[in-house]
Amino acid sequence: MLYVVLSLFVLACFAPLLHRTFGRHSGNVFAILPAVLFAYFISYLPLISQGELITQRWLWFPGMNIHLSFLLDGLSVLFALLITGIGSFILLYANRYLAGHPALGRFFLFLLIFMGAMLGLVLSDNLITLFVFWELTTVSSFMLIGFNHEEAESRQKAHQGLMVTVIGGLALMTGFIMVGFAAGSYELSDILQQDLTAHTLYIPMIVLILLGAFTKSAQTPFHFWLPNAMAAPTPVSAYLHSATMVKAGIYLLARLQPTLGDSAAWMLTLSAVGAVTMLTGIVLASRATGVKKVLAYSTVMALGTLTMLLGLGTEKAALAAVTFLFAHALYKGALFMIAGILDHEAGIKDLLKASGLRHKMPKTCAVAIIAALSLAGVIPLFGFVAKELLLEAVLNGSHWQISLIIATVIANIFVVLVAALLAIKPWFGASLPTPKAAHDPGIAMLLGPTVLATLSLLFGLFPFIADKWLLQAAAKAVFGGEITTYLALWHGINLPLLLSVISLTCGLLLYSQWARWRQLTQGLERLSFLGPEALYNKMMAGLVAFAAWQTHVLQNGYLRNYLLTTIATMLLLVGWAMLRLDNFHLNLNFQDVKIQEATVFLILLVTILSAVLVKSFLAALALLGALGFAVALIYVFFSAVDVGITQVLVETITVLLLVLVLYRLPEFRKLSSNANRARDAIIAISSGAMITLLILLVTSARSMEGISSFFIEKSVPEGFGRNVVNVILVDFRALDTLGEIFVLALVAIGIYAMVHLRTGSKPVTNADKRLTSELKIAATSKGDAQ
Amino acid sequence: MSRQFNMRSLILSTGTTIILPLLLLFSLFLLLRGHNEPGGGFIGGLVAAAAIALKLFADDYPSAKSLLRVHPLQIVGVGLAIAALSSLPSLFVGENFFTAQWWTLYLPIFGPLKLSTPLFFDIGVYLCVIGTVLTAIFTLVEAEH
Repeated sequence: MLYVVLSLFVLACFAPLLHRTFGRHSGNVFAILPAVLFAYFISYLPLISQGELITQRWLWFPGMNIHLSFLLDGLSVLFALLITGIGSFILLYANRYLAGHPALGRFFLFLLIFMGAMLGLVLSDNLITLFVFWELTTVSSFMLIGFNHEEAESRQKAHQGLMVTVIGGLALMTGFIMVGFAAGSYELSDILQQDLTAHTLYIPMIVLILLGAFTKSAQTPFHFWLPNAMAAPTPVSAYLHSATMVKAGIYLLARLQPTLGDSAAWMLTLSAVGAVTMLTGIVLASRATGVKKVLAYSTVMALGTLTMLLGLGTEKAALAAVTFLFAHALYKGALFMIAGILDHEAGIKDLLKASGLRHKMPKTCAVAIIAALSLAGVIPLFGFVAKELLLEAVLNGSHWQISLIIATVIANIFVVLVAALLAIKPWFGASLPTPKAAHDPGIAMLLGPTVLATLSLLFGLFPFIADKWLLQAAAKAVFGGEITTYLALWHGINLPLLLSVISLTCGLLLYSQWARWRQLTQGLERLSFLGPEALYNKMMAGLVAFAAWQTHVLQNGYLRNYLLTTIATMLLLVGWAMLRLDNFHLNLNFQDVKIQEATVFLILLVTILSAVLVKSFLAALALLGALGFAVALIYVFFSAVDVGITQVLVETITVLLLVLVLYRLPEFRKLSSNANRARDAIIAISSGAMITLLILLVTSARSMEGISSFFIEKSVPEGFGRNVVNVILVDFRALDTLGEIFVLALVAIGIYAMVHLRTGSKPVTNADKRLTSELKIAATSKGDAQ
Repeated sequence: MSRQFNMRSLILSTGTTIILPLLLLFSLFLLLRGHNEPGGGFIGGLVAAAAIALKLFADDYPSAKSLLRVHPLQIVGVGLAIAALSSLPSLFVGENFFTAQWWTLYLPIFGPLKLSTPLFFDIGVYLCVIGTVLTAIFTLVEAEH
């Protein structure tokens, strides 16, 4: 399975290149891979549906129990099928929808990375691996949402989505570490065997994990980022919001349900937050007029419903949750793609402007109606099966039956309204002029919604197919025990059916009064300043202001102040730590000091004093150079020849660099007051004294043998080199060296950008001005790189 | 600054034509012997950078720049890439990331030649150091013009 996930990332890396080769067919070519993967996962269904559980493991950080391990069971295979199946349709669709876009290659790159990350997320058996993929989906979705990055709005919305989910991700990581600590393993297959509800860390654990899941899955009060993410191109919205990104939080809750779910805290939180989200989402959806906004808010509603169902914790609820999730992915994927078709082929983004399109777009209209009927939960579509099960699960729930059923029925009434808006409003009634000449799209764009809508119908008529092969096993994974309920289209005339009929009737009535309903609830808009989005904006503004303030204080543009701050901070921290040391004794031993060492020491002392006191740049530079060579001599005395050579070379090159800037310095004169000089002298002398003391302390307080003997011993047998310094640099500690040369590269870019930006004006002290200049640096270095 | 470059010394210039190739050769020598004797990528890189800087002082900036053919920042990038890539071969034989791999080639005339990922890593360091130092020097010189 590692290769399955990796294949998507590899294809992603080559996507821009392949896009150039295949031109306008590239998306169709890319769609082959997820389609193959879809078939691969289908081939596992016979095993999985018999309750098999497949795990595979590759070692990653064996020392920290972090592995690239994968788990395929009912729940993950359900998600994997949705991700790859809908994914290949999205690629076909996007290829046509964004045809001719100059950055299409980059689009496919991000989309395939996202697909791989999402697949990795649902297949991971290791919490840490799962978290890595979780963050990868966040980052790649940021790129996708902000794909039209020339538009300020698009950037801002992408940023918002990123901030909200990243904050949640941080909480999630802490929660995962706690789970790993409590369960003694990061492997889900181990964790799921345990019940952690009695652990002392249980409450902090679930608070953090829920925070992560709720932000990702747009639960109230974090729901605002999801509709805003509609700034993305429609194929992205269709993919991220039907089957993938926003369902990641739901996946996590469902996944951890057997381990964490059996407590009042978990159940009540999930039910309450889920129900509130459900109502918030659907009421906002009923007021929206943009096609994508309506769909986005109704997705919020669906996510709330799923959370609520997971909070019920019963066997029926588990089955209802996976059924609803599956049904939702099918019809919501189709509806989002139809929203894109409306925009692409007719130029319609707003429901108010759409009417009577059924003659011009007959095929689209038929597909839209089937998908919307499934959304409304009308017999015989799969949405009906899901909704009956939802009502039944809530009715037979363990707590709050009355309030939850009322909430569910109200939500369902509005769902019917939303479905009617999508099934009737654009298609029937008098024809309105459209911005573009409306017509049905080609096969590439219609294929996805058609197949998804057909599946809604097929699984509605024959629910046992989905049940037997997929949903039973998925529900079992969520519930953590055997499932004895089965899906059926017709349960006879019972209470859920009655409630369904009531919501259908009320929903249609509401549809006829839609304009009036919007007018009635107009007051809600005035409350938006109290909403979470307003709060988020205030928080962000505060953060930026704080950052500007502290930058102004700490980074005021004067190198001398930076040095002063850095050294004084180090002095305080280390000095304080040293003062608190208990056994403070030094082993000073001057007996084996050799004559040449003492000589070099004297030279050092004389040069440093002269360097401070001389009154010419050239003399000071020469003295500093002499100082460096004397230090190199010390290295050689202590048989660190490599370091000595390096020191000599660095001194030489420093002199070269100094010569180049020497003539640019102001002439040598006294610029600072005596008080300042005294202050600087005190800080310099005390920091030097402190470092000396520190080194003496460290060498005399060493309790264990140093690591150097290990390196010296292993250098020849394991590193095959007699030069220990070099073996350490390029073999034993090569990762450190890699980091260091990376810093070198950054320094080079920094020097280049800084000098080439040179404005020649007086130093900038104002924080705002500096920000603009930094942006300029980024722009210049980027431009130069290209 | 320009006053300095106008004072071109014939002796230094002629000397450099001879010393420069030797210095560059010496830097390669230092790079390759580094695993067993004092030397290595960092030291070798500094020597090579100093050699090119010598050309800059002996002749002029354009001739030093043309000696390099590419922008020093590109050298940094190539070096970084080589160093980073040398971490990967171990993964293909199932060992941990960055585990050193050694291969011995038997050449007909020269005898056995030992190649290893640490060597490639050191070459990456070498290029990175040359690129960084020369970026700094060239940028400062350019700022003069």
